[in-house]
Amino acid sequence: MEIVVCIKQVPETTEVKINPQTNTLIREGVKSIINPFDMYALEEAIRLKEKYSGKTIVITMGPPQAESALREALAMGIDEGILITDRTFAGSDTWATSYTLSKAILKIGNFDLVLCGKQASDGDTAQVGPGISAHLDIPQVTYVKKIREINNKNCIVERMTEEGYEVILTPLPCVLTVVKEINEPRLPSLRGLMRAKQTQIIRWSARELKLDEEKIGLKGSPTQVVKIFSPPQRKGGVVFKGETSEVVDKLISLLKDQLP
Amino acid sequence: MSIKIVIEKCTGCSLCIKACPFDAIKILDKKAVIDLNKCNLCGACIDSCKFKAILIEKPLDIQKSPLNLSDYKGVWVFAEQKKSIIQPVVWELLAKARELADKLKTDVSAVLLGSGVKNKAEELIRYGADRVYFVDDESLNNFLDEPYTNILVKLIQKYKPEIFLCGATSIGRSLVSRVAVKLYTGLTADCTGLDIDLEKRLLLQTRPAFGGNIMATIITPCYRPQMATVRHKVFSALEEDKTRKGEIIEEKMEEGLFKSRTSILEVIEEVSSTVNLSEADIIVSGGRGIGSKENFKILEDLAKVLNAAVGASRAAVDSGWMPYSHQVGQTGRTVAPKIYIACGISGQIQHLVGMQASKIIVAINKDPDAPIFKVATYGIVGDLFEIVPALTKRLKEVLKR
Repeated sequence: MEIVVCIKQVPETTEVKINPQTNTLIREGVKSIINPFDMYALEEAIRLKEKYSGKTIVITMGPPQAESALREALAMGIDEGILITDRTFAGSDTWATSYTLSKAILKIGNFDLVLCGKQASDGDTAQVGPGISAHLDIPQVTYVKKIREINNKNCIVERMTEEGYEVILTPLPCVLTVVKEINEPRLPSLRGLMRAKQTQIIRWSARELKLDEEKIGLKGSPTQVVKIFSPPQRKGGVVFKGETSEVVDKLISLLKDQLP
Repeated sequence: MSIKIVIEKCTGCSLCIKACPFDAIKILDKKAVIDLNKCNLCGACIDSCKFKAILIEKPLDIQKSPLNLSDYKGVWVFAEQKKSIIQPVVWELLAKARELADKLKTDVSAVLLGSGVKNKAEELIRYGADRVYFVDDESLNNFLDEPYTNILVKLIQKYKPEIFLCGATSIGRSLVSRVAVKLYTGLTADCTGLDIDLEKRLLLQTRPAFGGNIMATIITPCYRPQMATVRHKVFSALEEDKTRKGEIIEEKMEEGLFKSRTSILEVIEEVSSTVNLSEADIIVSGGRGIGSKENFKILEDLAKVLNAAVGASRAAVDSGWMPYSHQVGQTGRTVAPKIYIACGISGQIQHLVGMQASKIIVAINKDPDAPIFKVATYGIVGDLFEIVPALTKRLKEVLKR
């Protein structure tokens, strides 16, 4: 089984904070990590390979420093890493990103499964996974919490919904986006870390992917950011303590208008 | 490259460095230098520069659109249904669509796909639609990505709406991502604000990014429709107006469009909670301080009285006390109810990003220094095992349940 995992390097989101005095972002010392949801996609790929043999490839689109995310994935046990990097990719929105990634997947050629995390923790769009499958014109299942069965033609998966889950049969190749419940990602082994250091990372630019330059980067992105600003900071309100019956009555009187 | 510093104007004041969310600007020899490997061309630095020393070329100028933009008219809402019941977020979208359409002096259409759903069309009109397009076919009973995509693409190409809104539900987010790629148009996820730039007739889409630490306003200048998904509870529905009249149009589709490569074998509803977390007006949520699976019972009792949903922090889910589907936070669901009652939740930032948009946050925690108190509207320092049951008992009396 040939599995491609798409990952994104993101800033440790929760560390991106706003300086209340200057109303600007503080990014000093913010670490770059693999998007948390992509860790589940990587783990699932490794597990499938361990069970059914085959090959796992991790790809990421990003600046040259995103190579470290690929090495982390290799250390977990992924076989190959491909960095898709080019200055002309700057400003790509989800349309242009999914176009670029889909072209890279086509260049890889043989694949049975494309795995993505359900969304990235910086953008939170959840659009790139379905976007890739739309560009490749293959089926997709989003919010996958379990791969029940898989063979070289089909797989049966559980898709999380608001009320529970659906059991879905899909032919391969397809794109699956996964949620946290699917597995528990492993830590890299010492051997994995050694191998990750020695493995050559493949680099592809826009030219190698034969991309239509009208469809990449800012130029190829239908959406455009016009303004970035900090949200109004949420302030703490009143904190009270005391006799249980007193605090309960006080709380109820404060909430009175909002209660059903 | 399409961003540059005008060296003559740059004073090296470093205001742009602070504005850059990507840490892409440095001062070298008293002039700003942009690291193009890091720059995402977001434009945050442009506004920060008092000397107009940063130039960015936006290739997407409305004048350069490949489309004839004036062909596109009207605001559309995807009327998501499950088991032929219109999902609550649709009413909220219709209200917002109404407001946007009134500003643009155009009309609101709802698009409804399903099986035996014709009688739901009237309901959509009573809540703000002027027109309902519906496609009725047995194969549309349950949502499947491919037929739903095929049909929406077809209808949008036929009628050319300028704006298309959809709920940011598990169906909506899968569906419209695919539709937007097929149509080659822009899609903005999880908008919390929608407005119109009347001069340019553009939809201004505001959404949180970086876990809610930053807000971004996004436009789709050259392509149509301008597509956006919106979370539950962001906008308020209109009152039902039984006198409203509208047009109901059945659309027939060719057989091939209903085909799906994926199929649903089974739909399983987990009954662990009677109220859907994302649609709940009130959520009672528990964290590490709850201590055990059994202890969640006291939260369930409180939730029952309030007709609330039960949420959980990652700590509680990872301990196996609650199923993952109840997890609120960065790796779980994002919610914004009217009241969020956090019990025994310390308030790690990963949890806060999933619930800080709630209107009122109540925190019950025995640790007076817990970070949750920094965001709580009302905080109670004390033992939740005393306070929660007492609150439930008192509410039963007050609410007469």
